[in-house]
Amino acid sequence: MAEEKKLFKVTIDNISVDVEPGTTILMAARKIGGDVVPPAMCFYSKLQGSGGKCRTCLVRVAAGSTADPRPMPKLVASCRTAVMDGMVVENITNPAVLEARKGVVEFLLLNHPLDCPVCDQAGECDLQDLSYGHGDAGTRYEFKRRTFERIDIGPYIQLHMTRCILCYRCVYTADQVAGQREHGVLDRGDHAQIATYIQKSLESPMIGNVIDVCPVGALTDRTFRFKNRVWFTKPVDAHRDCPHCKGKTRLWMRGDHVLRVTARKDQWGEVEEWICNECRFEKKKVSDWVIEGPTQVDRHSVINAGHYTNAVKPNEFFTKVLDGRKPKLLLDIHTVSDVNKVDLNLLPGPATGATFNGNPQATGNNTTDVKKGAGKNLAGTDSTNPNTP
Amino acid sequence: MTSLTNRKTQVERKPMTAMEKLYLPAIIKGMGITFSHMFKKNPTINYPEQVRPFSSVFRGLHILNRDEEGRERCTACGLCAVACPAEAITMEAAERQTGEEHLYREEKYAAKYEVNMLRCIFCGLCEEACPKDAVYLSQTFAPANFGRQGFIYKKEDLLIPNPVTDPEGFAKAKGSIPQAK
Repeated sequence: MAEEKKLFKVTIDNISVDVEPGTTILMAARKIGGDVVPPAMCFYSKLQGSGGKCRTCLVRVAAGSTADPRPMPKLVASCRTAVMDGMVVENITNPAVLEARKGVVEFLLLNHPLDCPVCDQAGECDLQDLSYGHGDAGTRYEFKRRTFERIDIGPYIQLHMTRCILCYRCVYTADQVAGQREHGVLDRGDHAQIATYIQKSLESPMIGNVIDVCPVGALTDRTFRFKNRVWFTKPVDAHRDCPHCKGKTRLWMRGDHVLRVTARKDQWGEVEEWICNECRFEKKKVSDWVIEGPTQVDRHSVINAGHYTNAVKPNEFFTKVLDGRKPKLLLDIHTVSDVNKVDLNLLPGPATGATFNGNPQATGNNTTDVKKGAGKNLAGTDSTNPNTP
Repeated sequence: MTSLTNRKTQVERKPMTAMEKLYLPAIIKGMGITFSHMFKKNPTINYPEQVRPFSSVFRGLHILNRDEEGRERCTACGLCAVACPAEAITMEAAERQTGEEHLYREEKYAAKYEVNMLRCIFCGLCEEACPKDAVYLSQTFAPANFGRQGFIYKKEDLLIPNPVTDPEGFAKAKGSIPQAK
C-alpha cells in the first residue's frame, strides 16, 4: 500500500491551500498566486539557503497550527518559515504587516542612491517595483549615503556596490551555479560590501547569472551598459545549441540588433534555466539564434510600453495613384535623423561621445574609477583599503 | 408648419421708396461705420516686431536644460520618450568619460537627442516625466519652414545656451520673453 502523503492545509489571507510538509509560507502563497504573495528581495527558490535577509516578505502568523493555535509573537519572514497544518497567515489583510513592510522598504532604500535614470536595471528592478508597490513616498534619512567606486569585475560584469542591498543572491549563485566562488561579502554592518577581495575577476563560465539574480542594479551587464533602456528593447525568446548550457534565452532586441541576452524569467522574476557566459555576452547577432517568438509580457509592465504586436503596415499606394512617380514631399526620417546610425550591439562596453563622432568602435573604459578587484568604499573604512585607519 | 424658433420674420418684398433708390444715405451710413474704426483701438499687432505675452503655462518648443554650472542635465533615462504619446522623442546614451565632468552632470548623458516636431503634439508629458529637470517646453513655437527636414530638432537645436559662457542667452531662453528662432 502506497503511503498517502499527508498534506498540510494552510490559510493565507483567508484562502486555503494544501501543500506538502516542509514548504515555506512564501512558496505556499506562490501556489495560490495573485496579491497574497509576499514580495521577496533576497529569497530565490532556485538557490539553496537564500532568503531571510531582506525582511520584505514579513507576514503575521495568526495561528501556528491546529495543534497549537496560538499566534506567533512577532512577524515572521515567510521565505524561511515552514508551514504547519492548520496555520493561518495574514499578509495583505493585516495592516501591521503592510506597515512593517513600509519600514523595511525604507531601510532598504537608506543607502540606495536612487539613480534609476542612470541605472540599467530600471524598468526590471525588483527594488523599484517594491518601493512603488509597498514603500512610502519620502525618506526620513538625512545622513550621507554609503558610496562606493564602480568597478569592473571581469570583462563582462560591472559592480555598483552603492546600489547593493546585500541580498547574498549572487554569492549563492556563484557557489551553486557557477561552481567556483571568487567573491563574497566582506566586512560587517554598514561597511559590508560584495567584493572579490584580492584583485580577482570572476572567471567561471556560468558567472553571468549573477546579473540575472541581482534584484537591483548592483551587478549589471557591461556589454549592455547604457546601450538602451530596457523598455525600448523588445524581448524575444530564442535558443541555440550551446555546449555549456541549455541555450534557452531571452533576447532584448532593438530592430534587428540583439542588445542584450538574459535568461528567461518566470512570473516571480526567477531564472528558469541558467545560461552560460558565451550565450549571454558573446552571441549578439541574430544569426546566432533561432528565434521562437516574442515574449509574453504583462500588459501593465513598462516593458510592454510602445511595443505593438500584430501591427499591420498599410500598403504604399502613392506610386500607384501618381502613375508610377514617387511622391516628392514625403520625408524619410532616417535620412534626417542622427539616431540609430551606430551599431551599438557589438560594442563590448558602453558608448562614449567618440562612438557617435567618428569612431564607432570607441567604448568607455572607466580608467579612473576602476580599481581592479575590490572597490573602496569612499568613506575609506573597509578591510580591502590599505589606508583604513 | 410651425416655426422652430420664435425669431422668424416674414421677408417683405415691397418696392423700394424714392429715398432708398438714391442709395446714398445707406452708403454714408456704412462708410460712417468704416471711418469710426479709424479712431478705435487697433486689435491686431505687428508680429513679429511686436509679440503678445504668452501664458506662463504655454507649451512651445522643447529646451534641454543645463544646471547652474553649465552641465547638461539630461541623462538619457528615456522617461520622456516612453511618456510621449506621439513617439516624437528618440535618444542615444553615452558614458561620461574622464575629463568630461564639466560637460555632463551624471555619468550617463544623451549623446543624441531628437524631437520630431512634426509628430510632437506639445502635450508637455515629457516635461512632467523628466526626473532631472532637463526637458522644458519653452515659450517659443516652431517657426515655419519650407522643408520637413527642418522640423527634426537635434540636441544642438534644443540645448539651452550655457549660463556660464552665455548668461544673456540663457536668461533669454529661460525667461518668458518670446523670441523668434
